[in-house]
Amino acid sequence: MPQTHSLARIICAAAASLVLLSGLTACDNKQSAGANDSEVLAEYRANPKYADRITGDKFSGYVFASPETQAMQDDDFENPGMLAVQDGEGEWGKVVGSAGKSCASCHNDAKSMKGVAVAYPKYEPKVGKLANIEQRINLCRTENMKAPALRWESKELLGLTALVEYQSRGLPISVRIDGPAKPFFEEGKKFYYTRRGQMDVACAHCHEANAGMNIGVENLSQGQSNGYPTYRLKWQAFGSLHRRFEGCNEEVRAQPYPRGSDEYTNLELFVAWRGNGLKSEAPSVRR
Amino acid sequence: MAEDIKPRIRVPQSAKKDEIIEIKTLISHPMESGQRKDSQGKTIPRKIINKMTVAFNGKPVFEARLEPAISANPYLSFFLKCTQSGSLEFTWTDDDGSTYKATQAITVS
Repeated sequence: MPQTHSLARIICAAAASLVLLSGLTACDNKQSAGANDSEVLAEYRANPKYADRITGDKFSGYVFASPETQAMQDDDFENPGMLAVQDGEGEWGKVVGSAGKSCASCHNDAKSMKGVAVAYPKYEPKVGKLANIEQRINLCRTENMKAPALRWESKELLGLTALVEYQSRGLPISVRIDGPAKPFFEEGKKFYYTRRGQMDVACAHCHEANAGMNIGVENLSQGQSNGYPTYRLKWQAFGSLHRRFEGCNEEVRAQPYPRGSDEYTNLELFVAWRGNGLKSEAPSVRR
Repeated sequence: MAEDIKPRIRVPQSAKKDEIIEIKTLISHPMESGQRKDSQGKTIPRKIINKMTVAFNGKPVFEARLEPAISANPYLSFFLKCTQSGSLEFTWTDDDGSTYKATQAITVS
């Protein structure tokens, strides 16, 4: 008798998980996009202005920004991020290192970088782990140009990153999480759902469960990375996604990891995957 | 130090007579105030854009004196009433005496 009992239980559980699974696939289905929207998110979705900034259940950070911030991003003249792109253009053609090469020696015009940035972070066989755009640029410098790696968050590295990212503006984010990238993706996912700091909260608590809600005076976004690197008004400077991660970690009173650390690059892949399909807005303006 | 100082301007290509148009200007410049110290404790010398002038067909139409408290990459915009076609000349003057220039023609119909 006890055996039949447990069997019935298993069947019940299987049926329940089936229901759950079909529920999940329905969420992924484009037709039912918006079914899970909170009141605030539904309001954003109804605004035709944001049609290009929402893909399925994914909302770009642009949607959560104030009209003034949006206006700043929309006009390339007023977008201070374009100054970083300009810095990058200056760096692109500079010959550095003992190999006597510049970026342009191999890649010609920076326009050839179109569509590259949206696929990063990517598994890099040379180092046996993930590399994001910053790390890929530095790898190019140390391996191919025989030049010293650029300091993280330096004007040069931010400029080059901005220049490369800018070429993919408007293209959908499309990172791959299969194959060799899989274990790193899982690490990033674990990071995202791990509680940390004195506040004891995970990334998901703000950006998944409460996106669109207010925390103090701030409106929580989904924490999408499609606008990075970004000119952030709080910093009054242009900065990388890892700098933003650091800020998030500090806000929950956790010890941040160093910029460029494996933990943050793995997290970057997970965050990018969450936004797969969203159009790249780099260099964006965020508050 | 070779800084990448580049002026940028936005002027409408054409305008109707007596129309009021907005001119936007921006120059990438560190605007070093002269108040800061480097890691050795030495004062970083002042280097700012101290003057910006705009002339329309050689006649001054806008002038600004900039002070050290103005932040990096100064952005200035102003409005101009167009009565005739001509060219706008923008000049930024640096503390070290160098000038950066930009010009654009505007057709008034």
